[in-house]
Amino acid sequence: MIKRPISRRSLIKTAGAAGVGLAAPHVLIRNAHAFTNEPTGSTVTLGFNVPQTGPYADEGADELRAYELAVEHLNGGGDGGMLGTFSSKALKGNGILGKKVEYVTGDTQTKSDAARASAKSMIEKDGAVMITGGSSSGVAVAVQALCQEAGVIFMAGLTHSNDTTGKDKKANGFRHFFNSYMSGAALAPVLKNAYGTDRKAYHLTADYNWGYTTEEAVRSSTEAMGWETVEAVKTPLAQTDFSSYIAPVLQSDADVLVLNHYGGNMVNSLTNAVQFGLRDRVVNGKNFEIVVPLYSRLMAKGAGANVKGIFGSTNWHWSLEDEGSVAFVQSFGKKYGFPPSQAAHTCYVQALLYADAVERAGSFNPCAVVEALEGFEFDGLGNGPTLYRADDHQCFKDVLVVKGKENPTSEFDLLEIVEVTPVAQVTYPPDHPQFAGGQLGSCNPGT
Amino acid sequence: MDAIILQVLNGLDKGSAYALIALGLTLIFGTLGVVNFAHGALFMLGAFCAVTLNGILRLSSESIDPSRTDFLGNPLKVKTPYVESWFGPEIGGAMIEWSVPLAILFAIPIMAAVGVAIERGLIKFFYKRAHADQILVTFGLAIVLQEIIKYFYGANPIPTPAPDAFTGSFDFGMLLGFDPGVIIYPYWRLVYFAFAALIIGGVFAFLQYTTFGMVVRAGMADRETVGLLGINIDRRFTIMFAIAACVAGLAGVMYAPINSPNYHMGMDFLVLSFVVVVVGGMGSLPGAVAAGFLLGILESFASMAQVVSLLPGINQIIIYLVAIIILLTRPRGLLGRKGVMEG
Amino acid sequence: MLGLNRRDALLFAIVIAITLFAPIILNPFPEGSELAQFNAGYPDLMQRFVIFGIFAIGFNILFGLTGYLSFGHAAFLGVGSYAGVWMMKLLTMNVVPAIIVSVIFAGLFSLLVGYISLRRSGIYFSILTLAFAQMSFALAYSVLTPITNGETGLQLALDDPRILGISQTADGSIPLTNFFGITMRDGFEIAMGGWLFTFNAGYYLCAIVMLIAFYVSIRIFRSPFGVMLKAVKSNQQRMLYTGLNPRPYTLAAFVISGMYAGLAGGLMVAMDPLAGAERMQWTASGEVVLMTILGGMGTLIGPVLGSGVIKYLENIFSKINDNILHQWFSFLPDGLEDFVVAIVYPFIGKGWHLTLGIVFMLVVIFLPGGIVEGGQRIAGLFKRKPPEDKNKTAAASAPSAAE
Repeated sequence: MIKRPISRRSLIKTAGAAGVGLAAPHVLIRNAHAFTNEPTGSTVTLGFNVPQTGPYADEGADELRAYELAVEHLNGGGDGGMLGTFSSKALKGNGILGKKVEYVTGDTQTKSDAARASAKSMIEKDGAVMITGGSSSGVAVAVQALCQEAGVIFMAGLTHSNDTTGKDKKANGFRHFFNSYMSGAALAPVLKNAYGTDRKAYHLTADYNWGYTTEEAVRSSTEAMGWETVEAVKTPLAQTDFSSYIAPVLQSDADVLVLNHYGGNMVNSLTNAVQFGLRDRVVNGKNFEIVVPLYSRLMAKGAGANVKGIFGSTNWHWSLEDEGSVAFVQSFGKKYGFPPSQAAHTCYVQALLYADAVERAGSFNPCAVVEALEGFEFDGLGNGPTLYRADDHQCFKDVLVVKGKENPTSEFDLLEIVEVTPVAQVTYPPDHPQFAGGQLGSCNPGT
Repeated sequence: MDAIILQVLNGLDKGSAYALIALGLTLIFGTLGVVNFAHGALFMLGAFCAVTLNGILRLSSESIDPSRTDFLGNPLKVKTPYVESWFGPEIGGAMIEWSVPLAILFAIPIMAAVGVAIERGLIKFFYKRAHADQILVTFGLAIVLQEIIKYFYGANPIPTPAPDAFTGSFDFGMLLGFDPGVIIYPYWRLVYFAFAALIIGGVFAFLQYTTFGMVVRAGMADRETVGLLGINIDRRFTIMFAIAACVAGLAGVMYAPINSPNYHMGMDFLVLSFVVVVVGGMGSLPGAVAAGFLLGILESFASMAQVVSLLPGINQIIIYLVAIIILLTRPRGLLGRKGVMEG
Repeated sequence: MLGLNRRDALLFAIVIAITLFAPIILNPFPEGSELAQFNAGYPDLMQRFVIFGIFAIGFNILFGLTGYLSFGHAAFLGVGSYAGVWMMKLLTMNVVPAIIVSVIFAGLFSLLVGYISLRRSGIYFSILTLAFAQMSFALAYSVLTPITNGETGLQLALDDPRILGISQTADGSIPLTNFFGITMRDGFEIAMGGWLFTFNAGYYLCAIVMLIAFYVSIRIFRSPFGVMLKAVKSNQQRMLYTGLNPRPYTLAAFVISGMYAGLAGGLMVAMDPLAGAERMQWTASGEVVLMTILGGMGTLIGPVLGSGVIKYLENIFSKINDNILHQWFSFLPDGLEDFVVAIVYPFIGKGWHLTLGIVFMLVVIFLPGGIVEGGQRIAGLFKRKPPEDKNKTAAASAPSAAE
């Protein structure tokens, strides 16, 4: 697979070479195109902005693999993956609108500033017409705002905070991944069945935006079914040893610990909680339980055997048996030798959804793409029938509740699916208080 | 009361890690006069010695089990570690299980070699350079070391569990007359504390009671005079650097089961351990140890919900706040000497 | 000219020329060629070059002249950024008030931090500044979320008041940052043969501010005040014995460099209206130290060069992925191609940190004077005589401070 990082500019090059010549420099006003980075040659460039350095580099690497696979499939290579199972048949495997798909990559470093810098370079230098990827909500929100301003489409990668499609939503931004509210709504009934309605919960919450929305979501949905929240403690992001936060749990009369942590924080807090023997405790005559609202299988590996039997939610898991998931796992697994993560899945799907929307709209113009995606209903991409809601650009689909597997058969086999929560149960009105504030605004094609 | 006892235990435990790293830093600074920003990376290398040994012991032969399938529907490859096929499942299994304590033996020669290599290959050219240069070159070294580890081991944390014998917790409360299950503390963390105490005691005894230690202490006080007496101080300094690297490395090995190691764990500890060294007073070994435990305990107390509700955010900044207060009231830290590192 | 001696005037003229023609100089390779990958002449990166140049120039006034190594300067940049965004949220999208307020806030904050930290020297000073910066970062990330918007970063919204401007444009977008009507994104492109050059309004605003900042820094270096600062570095004891109190001088240098950092922060949000907390982390402070050392500490032009090299590595080098490598080495036989790519890959693209660490170590070991020393050595080879120390002649001609 060979790529050339050129698009809009390649035209200028050819135009220049075609005889305008050195002697007659011509001035182009930036606004000469109908929209930002309008692809005029035989190719179109997409920008994959993923963490390549920093603690989420492995997750970013998996996202990048998924994008490479998606590009291969869009250009008609490989076994076509989910193109065959996707309910929309607009994509033909000849690129997008007949243009060959090329891509550039950038490093978000999981920092808002760096992510914006690399997105800007892809837009300004490489002529990317769409930016996608990322592994944290801070980055997603920051890049989404940038894309809105610059007039390109942003297809969010892994971002779980309510704010991405809540108070920080933007017309040019779209999220396929699920969110904190959905985690809470999906987990509550399962927790009720497993642990009963008379429980006292103790929350440890990562002290930043995603942590707040997740705690709020899980609290409100568990309290609604009768649980009591005895304490909610915020833990610094940079914390590595959680012992001083776990120890007070022993003194409280809580019988459930909810760890609103992700990635490295989650691995450490869960490991520490198990070290302190929380799982062997009996409080109020009940077994003490731990809950992790958002699981990342890649990271959960770092916690080893400690995840066994612990409930959490996830956007997608490779052991799903629907047609789309099987096709995706097969083509990813054959190419790379291991199953894809949920981050890889959401990124692959986002790339396909974008390409399909362009194809259906018949144009790369962001406003046309927004129109094609808003209210779009589709199936066959691994999560059952899904709706891209027009009001907030959030996908509504089934959510998986999973549990750490007791007897894993391989290093990838860490989680087992407990329940596929139907979409109706995780749907909320666009003006739900957890998503209040902020406006979508109008689409910006970047003049 | 029980909450306070628990947080003291937590503080001692955190303090052990800080104190061990700060001790090594101070050894290097006190003897060689070099500020070593790569010390956190040495701690990280130590933890990865444990990861590596664990990985080596788990090297496996593959056989195909046709009755089960993997995620692609192909027959499942079953892995059997070589040590299990060589020594039988029981001894082999025990070796894998005890890989972290075994890694102590594995780490000592490796860390000593790394220490000698760094001192001979890099640090020795920086004895006469400004402290800022030393900080910068060792900072560069730290980046290089951590990127190398990341290249080989990836960015995700790698679980490295303690032997089963040490899982579970010890019920302290029972000893002191509390109800069972109120004050319990994980065995491995107690082991870590005891281990740290042993190393710290060992280093002090070594410096205090051996001829080698005496010469090194003399060298710390007045390097030139010791050199004039015809003692090869350079060679001893190399050995001191190797010892400091071992101390950091062993602190890392034993830390691996507490939190799964990842490539940037060194940087996480680096800034904190520097604050510890400075609060203790540059060049003072007892100061470093005392400051390590002091900051560990204060950090634990500041994270209690009651304290945080009183002063929001205090848990985020306590270490830095204490450092500022101590440095403003005691110009050279708790036990620092005049004229060290003030230029 | 402009109160500069001949050497400085020449240097300043060169810097002006390079800055103004940067869009051309930084795009040496024609579009579409394999080497176009290495072009750096797009607006965002050019803006970053000069903004971080300003940051490093300011840092050098403190570190290069007085020798005080601050590990907390990123905090001032962060405070400046937050102040700037708040001005755009509350007052107007014109960047001038935002930049001015950024400088003022950063100055005040650096006055506070400097007043306390400068009570100590050496590594104790470094740790104090580090502690302040880390505290600012930790609080901005968490407890101060109402002011800083925490992890996400402070950004503009459609319902901001903007008293002197409009909350949103007619078509429902957030208005763009502008300089009295010229939006920062504006610009034009010139295509010449295969080459394409982008001239961007935002870049030129930054460039002009950088030139002013650079000029002020030359004047400071050559002033009696600058000489006093150098005296602090060379021998504080002697200064004390001659009856001079170094504290006011160092504090002034600290605040000036803090204001430079605030200026950089203000320009950053003027170009791209978002302020993230990571800007204040100690690693960000470490980055400006790296820039200054890499370029040449205590020299006039060094910090600017250093910031250019690091930002180039971060933005251009890091984007080279294995596909591009395979493409470069595709002329080799297959097995050899894979081998070469496997050897090279760890150092570029996502391995750029490794390259940065190695380059940095090599510079500290072999070129303590940074790129500037490297340049002087090369120049020395041709001249066959040791290069003259720029600072020496200037120091001699500067009037001595009398108090």
